[in-house]
Amino acid sequence: MSTLTLRLRSPLSQRIDMSPFTPELVAGRQADEVARILLWLGNRQVDAGELFAINGNSTEQIVIQSDSDRLDRIGADMSGGSIRVEGNAGAYLGCGMRDGAIHVSGDVGLAAGCAMRGGRLALDGNAGDFLGGALPGERQGMRGGSIVVKGSAGDRAGDSMRRGMILIAGDCGDYSASRMVAGTMVVLGQCGAHTGTAMRRGSLILTNAPKSLPVTFNDNGRHNLNFLTLLSRGFKDLPAFASLADKGNLVQRWLGDLSCGGKGEILITTPDLA
Amino acid sequence: MIINGTEIEETFAEAFGMSATRVIITAVNLHWARTAGETMTGFATSVIGCGVEAGIEREIPPGETPDGRPGVSVLLFGMSGKALAKQLETRVGQCVLTCPTTAVFAGIEGEKRIPLGKNLRFFGDGYQISKQIGGRRYWRIPVMDGEFLCEESVARVPAVGGGNFLVLAETQEQALIACERAIQAMRRLPNVIMPFPGGIVRSGSKVGSKYKALMASTNDAYCPTLRGLVESNLDDGVGAVLEIVINGLSDQDVANATRTGVSAVCELGAAAGIRRISAGNYGGKLGQFHFHLREVMA
Repeated sequence: MSTLTLRLRSPLSQRIDMSPFTPELVAGRQADEVARILLWLGNRQVDAGELFAINGNSTEQIVIQSDSDRLDRIGADMSGGSIRVEGNAGAYLGCGMRDGAIHVSGDVGLAAGCAMRGGRLALDGNAGDFLGGALPGERQGMRGGSIVVKGSAGDRAGDSMRRGMILIAGDCGDYSASRMVAGTMVVLGQCGAHTGTAMRRGSLILTNAPKSLPVTFNDNGRHNLNFLTLLSRGFKDLPAFASLADKGNLVQRWLGDLSCGGKGEILITTPDLA
Repeated sequence: MIINGTEIEETFAEAFGMSATRVIITAVNLHWARTAGETMTGFATSVIGCGVEAGIEREIPPGETPDGRPGVSVLLFGMSGKALAKQLETRVGQCVLTCPTTAVFAGIEGEKRIPLGKNLRFFGDGYQISKQIGGRRYWRIPVMDGEFLCEESVARVPAVGGGNFLVLAETQEQALIACERAIQAMRRLPNVIMPFPGGIVRSGSKVGSKYKALMASTNDAYCPTLRGLVESNLDDGVGAVLEIVINGLSDQDVANATRTGVSAVCELGAAAGIRRISAGNYGGKLGQFHFHLREVMA
């Protein structure tokens, strides 16, 4: 597979919109053409070649080498191929992506995977707020695909999520799965306060009780749910999540948010229940 | 051709193209998985009267099922995709959904899909939950013992139905013993079912009847009690005939099953009263698949 490598030349004073660098947008272009792609840097446009040392051909895979957290909208709206970020990424990583894969070895900023419709997002570090959330003004967040976070996520992870799966190996901030419409989110660490606020449907699967639930969640009792076997079997290639299978199918189930129909569920599988 | 004293007649079985599917039923233990499978495949011997031909293909150990519980795989064969879809939905709805602890999954891959849980989900009255896992869609339908987990749809594939062979023996008991032995061997094979009771048919039929309302009637040429009255295919030593009908996912599967079954019968051979192996056909004009016994056994 041919690779196009972009290495950030120097630290940035302003944010860059990286959305022109998706595999399909750079396909068929030579390195010098790629270097002339205009990028928004703050409120002005500059050639990509001024900001990045560019090597390789265009291509199914783009590698971005940067420790900056100011590279926004990496892989936005991409529909195939793959992007590997060696370092950190800014806000709106994979925003609206439809297919393909993005892997980030470091941390990412706000709203990673927001409004994504398909594809795979893998984050080795931590994610900011509104992971898999919605674009401002939109009623639905992530609508398909998967997000796997080895670290922790900020507040409002899975906000307004409609479909797809978010797996978080670490902790989550407050208001996890808030306004969730459907889909599945798994958190192996600790969720903060107000988990599931305004959740309409969907499943939030936890291994620890969250710091607090809204009073509009009802205790549904303990249940053996065999769909959890199907779910955890799908994690066999994700070592961090393989332990979920060992927890068994017996879960404490909470239903809510009753202020929004109450068809959402929070399933808590803990060692003493397994 | 004679095997162990039993004649293999120079004739062929005539089989038809059908539409088939496979579902996996799991439950808390094999007893309940099998109960659901048996109930779902009850009254499914012939498409003529039952709408579908179905049977349990095999038992599946927990390690091989989607949800890690013991299960059975069920094959269903219909004359058309539409007929198959209708029967599948009805049978899963009445016999698997209702059966304690069960879940049902697609057991075959293919492009053409028929609904499995797609419509059954409405039983959940709005409380059903959809889950997409690994690119497949499942429905969690709340029921009184917990949840009924059901895959959205299953593939249907072209298949072969109506493969058969006849066992002509000196006595009814000898014919039955031989056929039971054949069924025991054939049930170990994948991709085939023998849809009749215990896998064996005693009422082989011919096309047509003296009664206008009937499209099929007793196969008089093989009825020992009509010998001397009609143009019989039975010689004096034959006291009973039993038939084994085979449906398979491919003509090769049906041929393999025929070979296995006939071989099991012929191991008993003439010493056990097995005179002849024959097969049912309609002159070769109706069915797309012909299984010539001597070629299959060669």
